[in-house]
Amino acid sequence: MPLSNLADFSVKRLSILDAHGVVDVSLAPRLGNSQLIELFRWMTVLRIFDDKALKLQRQGRIGTYASSLGQEACTVGSAFALKPQDWTFPAFREHGVFFVRGTPLVKVLQYWGGDERGSKASPDINCFPVSIPVGSQPLHAVGCAMAMKYKKKDAVAVGYFGDGATSEGDTLEAMNFAGVFQAPVILICQNNQFAISEPRSLQSRSQTIAQKAIAFGIDGIQVDGNDILAVYKATLDAAEKARAGKGPTLIELETYRMGDHTTADDSTRYRTKEELDSWRARDPIARFRTYLTNEGILSPSLETQITEECVALVEKAVQEYESMPAPKPEEMFDYLCQSLPLELAEQKREFLSFLAQKKSTTEKNVEGPGFP
Amino acid sequence: MKANMVQALNNALSLELESNPNLVVMGEDVGVDGGVFRVTDGLQSKYGKERVLDTPLAESALIGTGIGMAAYGLHPVVEIQFSGFLYPGFDQLISHASRIRNRSRGRFSCPLTVRSPYGGGIKAPEHHSESMESLFIHTPGLKVVVPSNPTDAKGLLTSALRDPDPVIFFEPLRVYRAFREEVPEESYTTPLGQARVVQPGTDLTLISWGSMLRTCVEAVQQLSEAERYSIELIDLRSLSPIDWPTIHASVQKTGRCVIVQEAPLTLGLASEIMARILEKNFLHLKAPVSRVTGFDTIMPLFKLENYYLPTPERIIETVRKTMVF
Repeated sequence: MPLSNLADFSVKRLSILDAHGVVDVSLAPRLGNSQLIELFRWMTVLRIFDDKALKLQRQGRIGTYASSLGQEACTVGSAFALKPQDWTFPAFREHGVFFVRGTPLVKVLQYWGGDERGSKASPDINCFPVSIPVGSQPLHAVGCAMAMKYKKKDAVAVGYFGDGATSEGDTLEAMNFAGVFQAPVILICQNNQFAISEPRSLQSRSQTIAQKAIAFGIDGIQVDGNDILAVYKATLDAAEKARAGKGPTLIELETYRMGDHTTADDSTRYRTKEELDSWRARDPIARFRTYLTNEGILSPSLETQITEECVALVEKAVQEYESMPAPKPEEMFDYLCQSLPLELAEQKREFLSFLAQKKSTTEKNVEGPGFP
Repeated sequence: MKANMVQALNNALSLELESNPNLVVMGEDVGVDGGVFRVTDGLQSKYGKERVLDTPLAESALIGTGIGMAAYGLHPVVEIQFSGFLYPGFDQLISHASRIRNRSRGRFSCPLTVRSPYGGGIKAPEHHSESMESLFIHTPGLKVVVPSNPTDAKGLLTSALRDPDPVIFFEPLRVYRAFREEVPEESYTTPLGQARVVQPGTDLTLISWGSMLRTCVEAVQQLSEAERYSIELIDLRSLSPIDWPTIHASVQKTGRCVIVQEAPLTLGLASEIMARILEKNFLHLKAPVSRVTGFDTIMPLFKLENYYLPTPERIIETVRKTMVF
């Protein structure tokens, strides 16, 4: 038999809560009412935060911003399935992960406001800072997971990336290492259909991103990324599997970037209103609201209360952000290494004495040039 | 035509696509979107999807496949969206693009242009503001070009697109739309390896390139008004190869030199220029050659970027110290 069939593969997709708010009870994760409300609250705060951040950018109060509008279920649902000892490695559209893991909202504003202090997590939050170079951070998650395995810890690492990142060598190398070393890692691809202007079809001829796992000998699954119950369950299952020493999982969350890539982008140049509308009908928050309402878990008055609380939370973060003193210029030297080498200490000293001198001449002469 | 740097670059690409059927443009978002800075705007609709390619998001693949295309007779023009994202492709540049001519003793070559915006001053996120040109200048076999104005941008890019070897073409983000000037309509080349004396002078030679040029012009204006110093300002334009004769002739005339770079201090191009000036012009010098540079720190996020970037004030202070030495 010169030509034989070696293997057959299948690709699975998980969907629990459909676009009309109907749940497949046989698949639904076990979550109490208060947890369901908590999920709804996180998605609500994220949507309000994104909307506020866009406004702040337009008013010049923060810099370029990447909204996660439409992808709330991906970040909230996955982070909600983790334990405090687990580590997350976000890309740049994972504000929801930061929030759910305990990062104060103001930190995210600070970061996008051009202030490094926004990236400093408190010691009890195991979440790496934003990673901008596409597809570079899944490797960090895999390495972290290899270390967890080495130290025999009951912990998993999660690496986030997008559909564009699946074209980068680093991302594929991460999948390969994860498989070879059976690392307790979850690689979560937020397939939001676009890498700036380029549609998902341009990244790969592969029918799904989930199936890329097959070539690396690891489990892969596609999940409706606008279905928070499915996102939560898929992540929880993958985490339990990893904790049990059964290796990594690639999770493709199929979702849609409802906004522009960032505030520097104009998505009307490359996609149609019809397409946008078709995804608007699959909104992750709307369907979850329908479900919670039908189940009697969410009432209009409770929702109003939640919305008001979330608005207040976001407004408080904005106030904190804007009342914070500016970062000190010398901070650019202070975190390069644990102790500053002599040469850099000298550069810092000269820089500070120049600033001091500038300040004194500026004070003497109001027309004198000063740093903006 | 009146054009800013983005329009001048777009025009250069369009004219070369028109006249050279072997020229292809590729990158992320260069087609339908016309590039995130619109440098390739309209080129795909004009020259077709086979010549202006939206590619998967993979810098190493862009440069690596570019090498193969170049070997087979095309001239690929690769856009790397920001120079901070170039590094996955750096391996292909340093290991292959720069070496294939030498490795094959001239049998194969790599006429490849890599365009990438660089530099600070536009309040961009991390990795969008660095000046790491030294990495490429330090790589034998690569040419490195940085224009400072629309006219040079068009002429230099046209030269790069006709060059038989790999050229890294860095475009200063801060200058992209900063100003418009009269740019010739027709195609023309500005030779690689030739500096431009922006303004002649006799007291001190001020050397810079890219986005720092305008900062230097500001400093020179203030200095010539306040102190009546006669400063010779040189725009290098081409960082590799570099126009040594122009530099040496100027320093032999003025006896004083200050070099301004946006890049970190240590092992920047300014260091090499200082070394060469000392080697060739020791007895002509009236004062130590000095530098105004970024610091040996990570380029800070934008709340602090104006502290990092050399300013007219820092240049003026260094020029004054050099003049009264």
